[in-house]
Amino acid sequence: MPETQGHGIEVTGVSKDYGDFQALTDVNLIVPDGSMTALLGPSGSGKSTLLRTIAGLEVPSAGIVRIGGEDQTRKPVRARNVGFVFQHYAAFKHMTVYENIAFGPKVRKWPKERVKQRVYELLDLVQLSGLARRYPSQLSGGQRQRMALARALAVEPSVLLLDEPFGALDAKVRKDLRTWLRRLHDEVHVTTIFVTHDQEEAMDIAEQIVVMNDGRIEQTGSATDLYDSPENEFVMGFVGEVNSLGGKLVRPHDVEILNHEAEGTVEAEIDRIVKLGFAARVEMLTVGEKGEVWAQLTRTELEPLNLESGQKVFVRPRPDAVVKEDTGVLEEIFKEEDPPASGKPTGVTPGLPV
Amino acid sequence: MTSNFKSNISRWSLRYIALGYLLMLLLLPIGVILVRTFDEGVGAVIDAITTPDALAALRLSLLTVIIAVPLNTVFGIACALIMVRSNMRGKSIINALIDVPFAVSPVVIGLALVLVYGTQGWFGADLAAIGIQVIFSTPGIVMAVIFVSLPFVAREVIPVLQEVGDDQEKAAETLGASSWQIFWKITLPAIRWGVSYGIVLTTARALGEFGAVTIVSGRISGETETLPLFVQKEFETFNSVGAYSASMLLALLALATLLALNLMRRKEN
Repeated sequence: MPETQGHGIEVTGVSKDYGDFQALTDVNLIVPDGSMTALLGPSGSGKSTLLRTIAGLEVPSAGIVRIGGEDQTRKPVRARNVGFVFQHYAAFKHMTVYENIAFGPKVRKWPKERVKQRVYELLDLVQLSGLARRYPSQLSGGQRQRMALARALAVEPSVLLLDEPFGALDAKVRKDLRTWLRRLHDEVHVTTIFVTHDQEEAMDIAEQIVVMNDGRIEQTGSATDLYDSPENEFVMGFVGEVNSLGGKLVRPHDVEILNHEAEGTVEAEIDRIVKLGFAARVEMLTVGEKGEVWAQLTRTELEPLNLESGQKVFVRPRPDAVVKEDTGVLEEIFKEEDPPASGKPTGVTPGLPV
Repeated sequence: MTSNFKSNISRWSLRYIALGYLLMLLLLPIGVILVRTFDEGVGAVIDAITTPDALAALRLSLLTVIIAVPLNTVFGIACALIMVRSNMRGKSIINALIDVPFAVSPVVIGLALVLVYGTQGWFGADLAAIGIQVIFSTPGIVMAVIFVSLPFVAREVIPVLQEVGDDQEKAAETLGASSWQIFWKITLPAIRWGVSYGIVLTTARALGEFGAVTIVSGRISGETETLPLFVQKEFETFNSVGAYSASMLLALLALATLLALNLMRRKEN
């Protein structure tokens, strides 16, 4: 694999509207060749539309999509050489696993022997070798997803695009499959973009995460970038856990608990202390506004404080904490839907520490 | 226990009501036809359906089916694709028009064809001038049959297309398939049972159509008489063996298509 850091995918000024509805607004994105990028955002944020626009399944109202340096904005899907994995697999139900995977090479008129060789190569890669003659209805969800992946990879695509690839699977299979996908990517090195609303999934396997909201890109960066230096309130709230404390957003491990009043503190009453092995979680209710706040500490930090439930304390963000103004943007977004699978919205319900 | 018992009773009574209904309205009359057909022996039946008029009627009926069914199948699939997959304007108009043959009495359809294509009609005289006679001839009968059996394939295929969704088609597109390849390799196999069932219904209707055909055919024995018309003529002339035998033949043809479909289905499973 040549180590060229070219531009696998380049999206410049892309907008998409459906009549009055603006699905994408001035989206700019560079996906390095051979990398794995996650499009992360709540539902309706435009992440799937962006993916489909890159694939050519949607035509942008404005802007340019380049794949491998070539402007492909107006190129039809079938000529783009992209591998696309649909959220619900889109398996060809009347074909066997073998025929599903062979479909792309066959319509591209590959020689028979080469088709056969390629299909067996992929069956091996996705660990479905024994199931070549099964029909999709005879496979489990995870197997179907791997078949869809093999089918997309069969034509040796220049980019691999996955729309909520694990969305329809249960938690255990989801986790296995994503580790497996990461390993597969290390093996085949094809430039990959996947859509997810699960921040843990994105942080776990993507090198680059693109946080989207309301048809725009809020921030692009590595998991660490997004967590340590979120550019705005939305990114801070969507990536990692946050509390709303005195009109500010602060991470649970950045909440400082004092037993005396000091500059910038808010008075709170301890509701519950949960010890979770090495870590501990202190759940509090701020006095007056009755907001829920929780702090994450290590056991060594907790013990000298001698805290007990019902006790009055004073809390504030640590001096070096990452803090954003809380303007209620997040509440607005999350009240409309379930919170992301592992992301916690503005300290509404304290959950397990990451 | 009691609720189980009750639900058993209601299930059984429902089953018997359904069976009884089918028996009285469907199986009994058809069974009686079969029995009465053979009242005078097998020889009489064979004689009745091998008269020149009977054979001509059978031939004409089969000819109309062979022309009407493929045309309506292609048209029906095309309509369904437009209705479900395209954003074409005027879809609602097509949707309403597809149902016209169901909504309008076949007799009215026959009359309308006469008004347009009859010798006194709009195009009739012009067509006659170039030697084409539509009404009181085979083309008119075929047109009438096409008209009345038009909606079946489209109406069967539309819900199937909607249910299948376009995911598989989109996937095939990303894999490099052309529209033509997508239709033959993905769409058609996915809707095949809807299409087949539509074909069976179209065939049955095309074979059995009476009202529209009776108006446009002119009922010339041995020339413009289809099987149902033949049955009626035999019945009216008190030739019960002829009427019953031809009816049985009609029923058998329709059953044969249904049977063929079921065999195909069984073979696949």
